[in-house]
Amino acid sequence: MDTSPSPSGPGVLTPRSVEEARELLMASRPVLARGAGTKWAMADPPSGAWLMDMRQLAGIVEYEPAEFTVTARAGTPLRTLVELLASHGQYLPFDPPFVEAGATVGGAVASALSGPGRLRFGGVRDFVLGIRFLDGEGRLVRGGGKVVKNAAGFDLPKLFCGSRGRLGVIVEVTLKVFPAPRAFGTVVVSLDTVEEAAAALRDLARSPLEPHAVDLVPPEAVAGGWERADRPLAPSASRPPTTLLVRVGGSPDALDAWIGRMEARLGRRGLRLHGEAEAALWVRLRDLRWLPPAWRLIRLHLVPSLLSRAERTLGRLGAVRHYSVAGNVGWAAVPSEADWGELVRALQALGAPAMAMRGAPPGGVWVVAPPGEAFARRVKQALDPGQRFGPL
Amino acid sequence: MGIEKELARIYPPDARVTEPVALAAYECDALTAVQQLPLAVVFPETTEQVVATLRLCHEEGVPFVARGSGTSLSGGSVPVPGGIVIALNRMDRILRIDPDDLRAVVQPGVVNARISQAVAPYGLYYAPDPSSQVICTIGGNVAFNSGGAHCLKYGMTSNHVLGLEVVLPGGELVTLGGESLEVAGADLPGLFVGSEGLMGVAVTVTVRLLPRPESIRTVLAAYHSLEAAGDAVARVVGAGLLPGAIEIMDRLAIQAAEAAVHAGYPLDAAALLIVELDGPREEVEADFLRLTEAIRASGAYEIRVARDEAERARIWKGRKSAFSAVGRLSPDYLVQDGVVPRTRLGEALAEIERLSARFGLRVANVFHAGDGNLHPLILYDGREPGALERAEALAGEILRLCLRLEGSITGEHGVGLEKRTYLAEMFGPDDLDAMRRIRLAMDPREVANRGKMFPGEPVGEQVGVGRGPHPLERAGLLSRM
Repeated sequence: MDTSPSPSGPGVLTPRSVEEARELLMASRPVLARGAGTKWAMADPPSGAWLMDMRQLAGIVEYEPAEFTVTARAGTPLRTLVELLASHGQYLPFDPPFVEAGATVGGAVASALSGPGRLRFGGVRDFVLGIRFLDGEGRLVRGGGKVVKNAAGFDLPKLFCGSRGRLGVIVEVTLKVFPAPRAFGTVVVSLDTVEEAAAALRDLARSPLEPHAVDLVPPEAVAGGWERADRPLAPSASRPPTTLLVRVGGSPDALDAWIGRMEARLGRRGLRLHGEAEAALWVRLRDLRWLPPAWRLIRLHLVPSLLSRAERTLGRLGAVRHYSVAGNVGWAAVPSEADWGELVRALQALGAPAMAMRGAPPGGVWVVAPPGEAFARRVKQALDPGQRFGPL
Repeated sequence: MGIEKELARIYPPDARVTEPVALAAYECDALTAVQQLPLAVVFPETTEQVVATLRLCHEEGVPFVARGSGTSLSGGSVPVPGGIVIALNRMDRILRIDPDDLRAVVQPGVVNARISQAVAPYGLYYAPDPSSQVICTIGGNVAFNSGGAHCLKYGMTSNHVLGLEVVLPGGELVTLGGESLEVAGADLPGLFVGSEGLMGVAVTVTVRLLPRPESIRTVLAAYHSLEAAGDAVARVVGAGLLPGAIEIMDRLAIQAAEAAVHAGYPLDAAALLIVELDGPREEVEADFLRLTEAIRASGAYEIRVARDEAERARIWKGRKSAFSAVGRLSPDYLVQDGVVPRTRLGEALAEIERLSARFGLRVANVFHAGDGNLHPLILYDGREPGALERAEALAGEILRLCLRLEGSITGEHGVGLEKRTYLAEMFGPDDLDAMRRIRLAMDPREVANRGKMFPGEPVGEQVGVGRGPHPLERAGLLSRM
């Protein structure tokens, strides 16, 4: 073991096996398991907690391409998985962010963070089939299985999606995977107002054209103006998200006609992107690279019909806004801590669950907590009665 | 009797039943082999009534089971001895349809197929489609995480439930999840779905709707052997295709379905493969070319492509009626539901054939090949002494086979009463204990569907054994899958 736990103070634990993880876990408290720590505030340990760095518990356990399933240890970099799948023409349809930054399989599940591409086939929760985790008493528990359809026992794999390390230490995950579209294409359409853009987004999302992604961003997100550190952005420069990006994926021969029908439906021609430039644009959006670095960032759980109200609220405050997954996810960024207070109040008035991703608002990561707290507390009590993983 | 008086305070006379004759209609579900008279049946129409009932059960220690149409094939909705049945069929309103948000909020008693009918004018549908979808309810689908033919591409019920209002066994009303596609925090609706009624009663369900696919191509291929049909599945998947459904029926199932509904299946086939592609026009047309190549190369001796919706409907009608149709071949049968890795389907089928010979019982096979979800139908004659026991033993061997191949003991029917023993063969003591602890945290008195799913829970001694088709099945309303 690289670090021996001592009761004197927090440090980093680096287990190399499940057995070591169990020993370290039982000797330390509180503990937060984490991969590469790419998810900012989500990866911050509770106060005084030991960090359990899971990255040595890595490796693909099982991959049979014809099964459409893969099993990997929690610390496996998503990049390893993505490359392995790609070599067999497969992919992770939930489009996880921060792959290049080192994000791990366990972190993808614990954060339940999916990318814009989750629109068509579903998010992390829809692709987790099985899990092995250490509970708060050091027991190794398995839930779910390794087959794509399974209704036996409680669905612990789903429960661990979004659990942020508070219910147990994920040590292994089985995911469903899909054949990858052979090519992707994107059309970028500039609309005049946010209302118009939001209406177009809703129309496409409920159309039978089944886009892979529909996102709404400010023009800068496509032009790439904000990524350059030498161009600090003033809040007043934040322009409304009137640029609509629509992505489709499939047979290369089919894409142009498919995009053409999207354009016809929108009543506008757009800028068509293919190949590397197209892929790079979506990586930038997925990893939020275009947002001003170091700005405070909040993630909103929306529905498309809430988008206009969210936009009025956030626009008034000068936040940078990105609406992803056809209006089901909102990203809002403000320059500094000084802007938290008003933003938090505005989001509470909006009522949709909201979580701080970068920066720490007073009162914890949940700016607007999701419902079900009483139920969650009971689950927590069952799996972690001693609060080894800190509060929910 | 105290509990009856208490129920009378919650329910008007036409919403409760305590007469033994009337109770008999609720003594079993579609697993007709197990029967149990309940103490009473109540028909709540409001959430408040469910809250009051569960509070009463908790306080008095009276077990309950909530049920819809009773189509469970695993005995999951058989009454608990000495307990009451909460029949949710009157809570059957579609509360809201939000076409822009692609959501509907419904009560648990809504019949599955009704959601798709109600949202059809908006060009939308609800994806999970168990074969019993014209009669099974959403509440039951939620309890058992039921699937259907389209799970590989579209996922099971849990992938389509975003939010729930649940009455916990103590009577507390909680909201889990919401309406966004992205569940915030630990996925509580995901945990509730498939919990087989052990965590309480769902009183509203927010489901995700999908745009109806613009284009569908359904192909029926006939083979001279079951193995060839199995190999065809590997070829289709190997071609990088993602069909909405891949189904296989064996000779016995084909004959039964043909006799029952005249689907026009080739009667000389040893196996039929049904593959369906769905999606945007461009995508489906491009994939269809690759699909037909793969099927041609797989040695099919006859290939039919549905030319219109009527032909497609006929192909599916045969498939979906295969189960009840088998009733024409045998006085009794058990429907099993196990899952194996898709690449080991051939191995599983060969072993099922050996087991069938060893036990001297015919087995018809219908399965969701895309998901590895087997549905062997074990035919027996209940009048013959020991036949049911032999059929159950054979069913058990098939489940063990699924476990040996690293599959699952259920793909969509749930564990219920029937497979409790096998759950302990699938999961270890620590796994089951974690689930038990969650169950007890929600329901310390174990009143919610006591005795189901967990191997250790006492079930009571009064469960009887019956035989023959379910009353709904006799009426032609129920298909066992």
